[in-house]
Amino acid sequence: MYHAGGLAKLGAIAAVILIAVGIFAYVGGWLSPNRLTQSAFVAAFQNASGSQPGFRLNHAKGICVSGVFESNGGATSLSKASLFAPGRVLVVGRISLAGGMPFQPDKAATVRSLALRFLPQSGEEWRIGTVNIPVFVVNSARGFYDQTLASAPVPATGKPDPIKMQAFLARHPEAVKAMAIIQQAPVSSGFADATYRGLDAFRFVNASGASVPVRWSLVPTETFVAETEVQTASTNKDYLFDALIARVSARALDWHLVVTIGQPGDPTDDATLPWPSDRREVDAGTVRIDHVTSEATGRCTDVNYDPTVLPSGIEPSDDPLLSARSAVYARSFTLRAEEHREKLPSAITPQDVMAAAQ
Amino acid sequence: MSAVPRTGFSAVARLLHWLMAVMILAMLLIGIGMVASVSDRYELLVSIHRPLGIGILILVAIRLIYRRLHPPPPLPATMPSVMRLAARVSHLLLYGLMLMMPLVGWGMLSAAGYPIVLFGAVQLPPILPQDYAVYGWLRPLHTALAYLLFATFLAHLGAALFHGLIRHDGVLTSMASWRRTAAK
Repeated sequence: MYHAGGLAKLGAIAAVILIAVGIFAYVGGWLSPNRLTQSAFVAAFQNASGSQPGFRLNHAKGICVSGVFESNGGATSLSKASLFAPGRVLVVGRISLAGGMPFQPDKAATVRSLALRFLPQSGEEWRIGTVNIPVFVVNSARGFYDQTLASAPVPATGKPDPIKMQAFLARHPEAVKAMAIIQQAPVSSGFADATYRGLDAFRFVNASGASVPVRWSLVPTETFVAETEVQTASTNKDYLFDALIARVSARALDWHLVVTIGQPGDPTDDATLPWPSDRREVDAGTVRIDHVTSEATGRCTDVNYDPTVLPSGIEPSDDPLLSARSAVYARSFTLRAEEHREKLPSAITPQDVMAAAQ
Repeated sequence: MSAVPRTGFSAVARLLHWLMAVMILAMLLIGIGMVASVSDRYELLVSIHRPLGIGILILVAIRLIYRRLHPPPPLPATMPSVMRLAARVSHLLLYGLMLMMPLVGWGMLSAAGYPIVLFGAVQLPPILPQDYAVYGWLRPLHTALAYLLFATFLAHLGAALFHGLIRHDGVLTSMASWRRTAAK
């Protein structure tokens, strides 16, 4: 039996252990329910799009593409990344629509994206995500979370709750300005003639250690054609994807990888703000897409297009969206890996690809 | 219970123990913090987590070899057999988890197809082929083992304090005393 002194010592030991548990719980976010966590993002996406096991939380509808990046050496003075040396690098990409609904019908207004993985034979790989809007809608993780909550469709109308949307815009004036810029930008008729932009700033570092802020975009060689009324009226819910498959089957599509170099003072931490249009642009080479595959058989399905997978020579900027994207993508990637057995076939099946290619 | 004189751990064993104690505790907190974060800290924490984990893997290999060559001092003869069993099992768990955690981490990044960047251009090769299903199995295993390691650490901490404050049997001082003891 322990006397009172012994009990006090046991109590002290218990207190030390409780403190250790408390620190662990605090760091893990259990004591701060208002902290924005990866789990909160998962809940927000599932609130907006329902639970879609095995699919990406966002950009759920997509297809795999592949081809090559033909570097012209134009960016070698800016970045020491090996893939900018003249030559060819394999690319495996994914073209998709924004939103967590994997079977949503194609619509002109839905944000389109092109994600690419550059796989040099020797040297480090590079992953990018680009979208067909000129600026991002929000400039912080909190902003994106609030937007995801506010834009969740109300079951009765199938549209976002206007009151919640108003409240979101009131809380995020940067989104009001960004949406005005986005609405002015014309929407192209398809995936093939769209310009895709990285939006977030990064830094290029060259062999002598000099660093410049950059943003990049993929500029199509296809002539821009605005969305037509026939397209808008189409009853084919995959009209954008089917048109892309037909295009690529006929001939490869090219995009120039254009690197825009920021000047001191250009915002690198705010993706809602465009840089002045007179900034120097460097054509680093051409991304040629010559192959389209359903996610069922493609090589993009099991890839996390994490924007912080960068070769040395490309570094993240102070843009808070980069860390947030990396964190949430990682959680989304883990979830769908765990759920992959439950996944329904993707909207664009191998049969759809064959039919559209005819 | 009176203090039982016993030989302490050698200076090398103590150095390895306390260095790894700090690294593993930091690692557990970084890990639990980063998976709950979407802020700038996430990128920073991930960039520390990978090289620190590999550092622990190297140290645990050195430590297991050293322990083989220089066995730890025996437990006090006064210790009941239940406590001896608990000590044996918890140490097996601690060493097993120290070894498993970095290997599962390295393996899951390999299976996920991520480049395994230590720092700058320094990357590790994958130790498993890229396989989504394997990643879907290893990633939750990494978390489960981390919780188990934290629980084992709590048991270890509690037991060390129990020996030091209540049993006074020299077990705590064999590792935690600053007084110089002869290396075995």
